[in-house]
Amino acid sequence: MAERTFSWPKQGEASLLGKEVPRVYDGPLKASGHAKYANDINTPGTLFVRLLTCPHAHAKISKLNVEPAKQVNGVKAVRVLRGEGAEIRWEGELIVAVAAERPEQAEDGLRAIEVAYEVLDHFVDEADLETAKQKDATRPAGANTKGDIDAGKQQATTIHEGFYGVPTITHMCLEPHGAHCEWKGEDQLTVHLSTQNVSGTAGQFAGPLGIPEANVRILCEYIGGGFGSKFAADEWGVACAQLAKETGRPVRLMLDRATELKIAGNRPSAFAKVTVGCNAEGKITVWDSVHWGTNGGLKGGTVSQAVMPYVFDPPNRRREAIGLLCHTGPDRAWRAPNHPQGCALTDTALTDLAAKAGIDPLTFFKKNLDLTNLPHIYGPELDIAARLMDWEAKWHPPGAGKGPVKRGIGLALHTWGGGAHNAQCQLKVHPDGSIEVAMGSQDIGTGTRTAIGIVAAETFGVPLTSVRVHIGSNQYPKAGPSGGSTTIGGVAGPVRRAGQTALWKIFDLVAAKYDVSADSLVAKDQKIWSNNKEVCTWKQAAALVGPMPLEVLGEGAKQDGLTSAQVGGVQMAEVAVDTETGVVRMIKMVAVQDMGLIVDRLTAKSQILGAMIMGIAYSLTEERIMDNKTGRFINADLANYKLPRIGDIGELVVELYEPADQYSRGVIGLGEPPVISPGAAISNAVANALGVRVPVLPLTPKRVLDALKGAKA
Amino acid sequence: MDRDRPPTRSGPGFNRRDFLKGSGAAVTATALATAAHEEQAAAQEAARKLVPAAPQKVTLNVNGKDVTITVEPRVTLMNALRDDLNLTACKDVCDRTVCGACTVLLDGKPVYACARLAIECQGMKIQTTESLLQDGKADPVIEAFVKHDGMQCGFCTPGFAMAVRGFCTQHPGATLDDCRKGLGGNICRCGTYDGVLKAAYEVAQAAKKGG
Repeated sequence: MAERTFSWPKQGEASLLGKEVPRVYDGPLKASGHAKYANDINTPGTLFVRLLTCPHAHAKISKLNVEPAKQVNGVKAVRVLRGEGAEIRWEGELIVAVAAERPEQAEDGLRAIEVAYEVLDHFVDEADLETAKQKDATRPAGANTKGDIDAGKQQATTIHEGFYGVPTITHMCLEPHGAHCEWKGEDQLTVHLSTQNVSGTAGQFAGPLGIPEANVRILCEYIGGGFGSKFAADEWGVACAQLAKETGRPVRLMLDRATELKIAGNRPSAFAKVTVGCNAEGKITVWDSVHWGTNGGLKGGTVSQAVMPYVFDPPNRRREAIGLLCHTGPDRAWRAPNHPQGCALTDTALTDLAAKAGIDPLTFFKKNLDLTNLPHIYGPELDIAARLMDWEAKWHPPGAGKGPVKRGIGLALHTWGGGAHNAQCQLKVHPDGSIEVAMGSQDIGTGTRTAIGIVAAETFGVPLTSVRVHIGSNQYPKAGPSGGSTTIGGVAGPVRRAGQTALWKIFDLVAAKYDVSADSLVAKDQKIWSNNKEVCTWKQAAALVGPMPLEVLGEGAKQDGLTSAQVGGVQMAEVAVDTETGVVRMIKMVAVQDMGLIVDRLTAKSQILGAMIMGIAYSLTEERIMDNKTGRFINADLANYKLPRIGDIGELVVELYEPADQYSRGVIGLGEPPVISPGAAISNAVANALGVRVPVLPLTPKRVLDALKGAKA
Repeated sequence: MDRDRPPTRSGPGFNRRDFLKGSGAAVTATALATAAHEEQAAAQEAARKLVPAAPQKVTLNVNGKDVTITVEPRVTLMNALRDDLNLTACKDVCDRTVCGACTVLLDGKPVYACARLAIECQGMKIQTTESLLQDGKADPVIEAFVKHDGMQCGFCTPGFAMAVRGFCTQHPGATLDDCRKGLGGNICRCGTYDGVLKAAYEVAQAAKKGG
């Protein structure tokens, strides 16, 4: 018998894999609202929680009396999370949770609480390095030097010095963090948790609650956005379970919008002074940068120094990072941690250097691709992007356009891993030919169910309707958290392995019964074939497993070629900037993205489009605004924390870069990579339009006008 | 804050002295206070004493059926649908008429359910997104959203689908540009606008052909 090895179908022979497959399992349920999220669980008797949070960035609770809240109509339980004397370290920290029959009554309960604070000194200005130094609120966050900086500067014929910045933004998950908890008896807990980590959170409830981890059922059929912020049970999740225990009722606790933005995660800021030089040929000879910013939570970190400069690795390079201790909510992983900031601080400076040297940035970036680890990817991707953007026709020297509304184009490039996480699946082939796959995974928007279904259906040569997919419960085989673009490989690998293992067993049964060689068998179009001759139907083959289903455990991650990692990606943006109002309008954006073997072309494109739109948000409108005097996050709501709407995104063009050798790389995740480049690409387009760099994102009208004013002065 | 009087603070933003003075003096300043002005503390003391009006029977016509619930007059249509009727396609996201996740049709017109009181919607026809997929029968809007992948996490999607349903009924034959302008009332964080736009355009064009 020939050796059986796990592999994907030969390129061009797949019937579902890589095609545009809609979300058949859960799409209609999501669109019609029948899908239930943690925030929608309403089991009979559910109590609702509202939270008292601290309005000060730094304070001590000098008085707290919750007794009046207990007297309020409808209030069933009041739980103090931080009592008198507790120090509050950032605005929004939780103080009291009130559970009531109705959310309105829980709010009545909050109003009845008597609380007073001793307000303490705070520092929240993430950009103000000098004040932070005076307050001893800076911490070294890493430094690294390679080569000879002085020599690199001497080799340079053009040197550019610039300042660039990326403020803190939040995750803004539309479903806030939270849970619905219900006890059975004294020690059995069911949690509907809004989580990216179905298989990994039970212990975080069990520990503080003093029950066995095996008694905690975590359920998450649907999650309303995570973006890296929902990996934990969190103190509010545990509080929800405690309130449920205390009241003997199911309890739902979701953060309110403002609290969600203040304490449930954000993306660290970074502001950089950069010196970068190139020689007469346009080759980068030196990079020297120091950046500072905050990751909040008084942690004293900022964006990792390791991403400076981003992607390019010049022979002489110095980088330093300084973390600011800020009384602001702590960061959490935000889609492609560190990379969007690194890109926005690097590809802007490189574009300005190119401008100073009188070189078109496309030419400049191409000249320096040997300083990257993926020149063979970036080169063709730049060419494709340039064609789709019509770069040659549209590019002009910075600021060369006429009239008050100026157009410009810019580019950036990025990289990401996207390797598979560890995961297992249980796959059953029922005697009637139907197939079931169960994994303790989750769908953060990836289309996890559809991806699992595609791989299983492809493997057995059956339609998607023959496959049932179960995810969203920790009673299924463990699957890794959905972060870092690890899910698609994480689920595709184990399902393919389990599927092929089951199919081989069935092939052996078919071979014995029909007297054909097992090695010659192929499953396709609901039939089993031997040398292009039909042997039997899939149903007949499946029936050979006997009265009980055939069960296989599929494992991952493995180094067997089904999955791999490390993609590139290039983006170009075109904008129109009104120099009188400062408004930047998106005209067009092009993304060229490699991603190995594509599982679902439709959802893959959706990931890229979504990332581009998220990138437009942090490039043009989105930022956390802190009031330095009060220490408050003053735009912690959806009205003032601006996100683009359907008419604000311009034309979006997505090109999946897939030369023949991409398919053989296997499956690679792509949630993060396309969200990295927009900041630099859009900022570069604005700089090309204006002939002036608007140094700090997002490029609001005020910042654009300030930059224009500064250039005139 | 009283809009007819200048704010009781000097310069742009609160100054540190007032801020500290206020928070020290107002012993009972509630957590909702911004900076514990005495004025604000008094207002909040008054708010604390407010007693909500008693619950009463409210009859709503939802998805073609009359249902009677007992709720306080202050309960929003959104909360009544979600908490009393378990119709959770109506999503609670911004709670202040910004994002459109709670969009329902009220007498055929898309509205934010968080901006209406349940009690004021009596006698009106309320349609929630659940009605677009009933008994296995899908409205063309649902089919178009699935076909064009107008969703990722799916949390904004029912509100968006309802906005599209209302818009396309009112504007059969709408162009892409019409759709861009007419659907500006909904926010998506995952960035599904491209699929939503294609879905809306397809439904609007089909509505035109359908007469």
